[in-house]
Amino acid sequence: MIRVHLPYHLQVLAGASEEVTLTVPAPATLAAVLDALESAYPPLRGTLRDPRSGARRPMVRFYACREDLSHAPPGTILPDPVAAGREPLLIVGAVAGG
Amino acid sequence: MSSVRILAGTRKGAFILGADGTRRNWNIRGPLFGGWEVYHVKGSPADPDRIYASQSSGWFGQIMQRSDDGGATWKAVGKDFAYEGDPGTHQHYDGSQRPWEFRRVWHLEPSLSDPDAVLAGVEDAALFRSADGGMTWTELAGLRRHSSAPQWSPGAGGLCLHTILSDPGNPQRMYVAISAAGAFRTDDGGVTWKPINRGLRSGYIPDPEAEVGHCVHRIAMHPARPEVLFMQKHWDVMRSDDAGDSWREISGNLPSDFGFALCVHAHEPETVYVVPIQSDSEHYPPGGQLRVWRSRCGGGEWEPLSEGLPQRDCYVNVLRGAMAADSLDPCGIYFGTTGGQIYASADSGEHWTAIASHLPPVLSVEVQTLP
Repeated sequence: MIRVHLPYHLQVLAGASEEVTLTVPAPATLAAVLDALESAYPPLRGTLRDPRSGARRPMVRFYACREDLSHAPPGTILPDPVAAGREPLLIVGAVAGG
Repeated sequence: MSSVRILAGTRKGAFILGADGTRRNWNIRGPLFGGWEVYHVKGSPADPDRIYASQSSGWFGQIMQRSDDGGATWKAVGKDFAYEGDPGTHQHYDGSQRPWEFRRVWHLEPSLSDPDAVLAGVEDAALFRSADGGMTWTELAGLRRHSSAPQWSPGAGGLCLHTILSDPGNPQRMYVAISAAGAFRTDDGGVTWKPINRGLRSGYIPDPEAEVGHCVHRIAMHPARPEVLFMQKHWDVMRSDDAGDSWREISGNLPSDFGFALCVHAHEPETVYVVPIQSDSEHYPPGGQLRVWRSRCGGGEWEPLSEGLPQRDCYVNVLRGAMAADSLDPCGIYFGTTGGQIYASADSGEHWTAIASHLPPVLSVEVQTLP
C-alpha cells in the first residue's frame, strides 16, 4: 500500500483526507502512483500532470524520503520506504506568490 | 414573490448572494471553491437551477463545476479543452510567434434554450462548446482558424476570449470579443467568423484602424434589439446599429472613456451603463470617486450616478465581467470591485448600496432573476 499526501486544495477537490492509500503493482514508479491516484480520484486528472503530454504541472512538486523527485523521469522507482508504505509520497504545491 | 441571485466570481472563490424582489436584505453564501480563482459563474436561462462555474489555479490548472440545484451542491465536470488539430501560433507580447496554449476559462455562456449546452471562452483565445452539461468540450475551431489569428496578441490579461453573446432571435448568430484581437461574429452557428471592428480606432497599434488588434474589453446587447451592440474598448465607448458591421464612438461627455465594465438596462434598450476608469496606466476611478455613468439615449450623453458610492479616496477597479442587470421592475444594476465590494442598485442606478464589502477581488458578477 502506497501512502500519498495531498495538498489542501486537492484534498477538497478529491473529497479525500490529507493522506490517501493506493494499491500500486510493483515496481512502484512515480508514474504508476500518479496513475493510481487519478484512477481512484478522477477529479485530480489534469491537476498534477498535463492530460495529454503527461508532463508535471510547473508548480507541482513530488517529494519522498527528503528527496525532490519533481524532475525525475516518470519511470523512476520510488524509494523502498515509500513502496513499503513506511513513508509517504508528498505532493506539494510549490511555494510561490508571496 | 420574485427573487434575485447574484453569482460572483472572485480571486479566492465564488459567492452567491440572494435577496427577495425588494432587494433590501441580502444573504451571502461562500466561499465556494475557496482559495481558487473563479473567473465566471453563470446560470442557464433555460433552467436557473443549472449553474456553471470556471475554477482555476496557477498550481493545479482548470476545473469546471456544475450545479443542478441552484448552487447548493456542485459536481466537477469535464475540463479537457483540447485545441482542434495542430493549434498553430499567435503573436506574443514581444512580437514573436508562440504556440496556442490553454490556460483557463474566462467566460461561460449557457444556451438560451438547452441547459446542457454551454459555450466557454478561453485563454489562449478559443471558443469551446459542450452539449452534455459540461462533461465534454469540443472546439469551434473556425474562430481560431480565421486568417487573422496569427496576428492576435495578448492584452495585459492574456490572449483571452472574455465575452460571448448569443442572438436570441437567431441561433446561428453569435458574437465574441477577444483581448487584444477585437470582436468577431458568426452567422452560421460558429463554423465561420468575421472580424467586426470597422470604425474602431486604437492608437496603440501600428495601424489604428486595422481589421484586428483592438483591445475590446466588453460588448453587450439588449435582447430585444440584438443588432445594436455596445462596446467598452480599451479606450472609447462604441456603438453599432448593424450587428457590428460598423461602429461609432459614443463616449460623449464621459470623464474618461477608458474602462472595462458595461451593461444594458433590462427594459430600456437605449439605457447603457459604464464605469469610467482614469486610464490604462491608472486602473482606478477618476479623482478617487466611484461613479457609474448612465446614458438613456444610447450613448453620447451620459450622467453620473454616485448616490451611495464612495466619493473620495476610492481606488478600486471594476473588471470587464463584473457588471450585470436583473430583469425586475425597476431594473436592478450590480457591479463588483477589485476591493471586494459588490454594489447594488434596485432603482436603475439612482441609489447604490454595498451588499458585500470585504470579498476577495471580484472578477465577475452575474444575476439571475428567479420567479
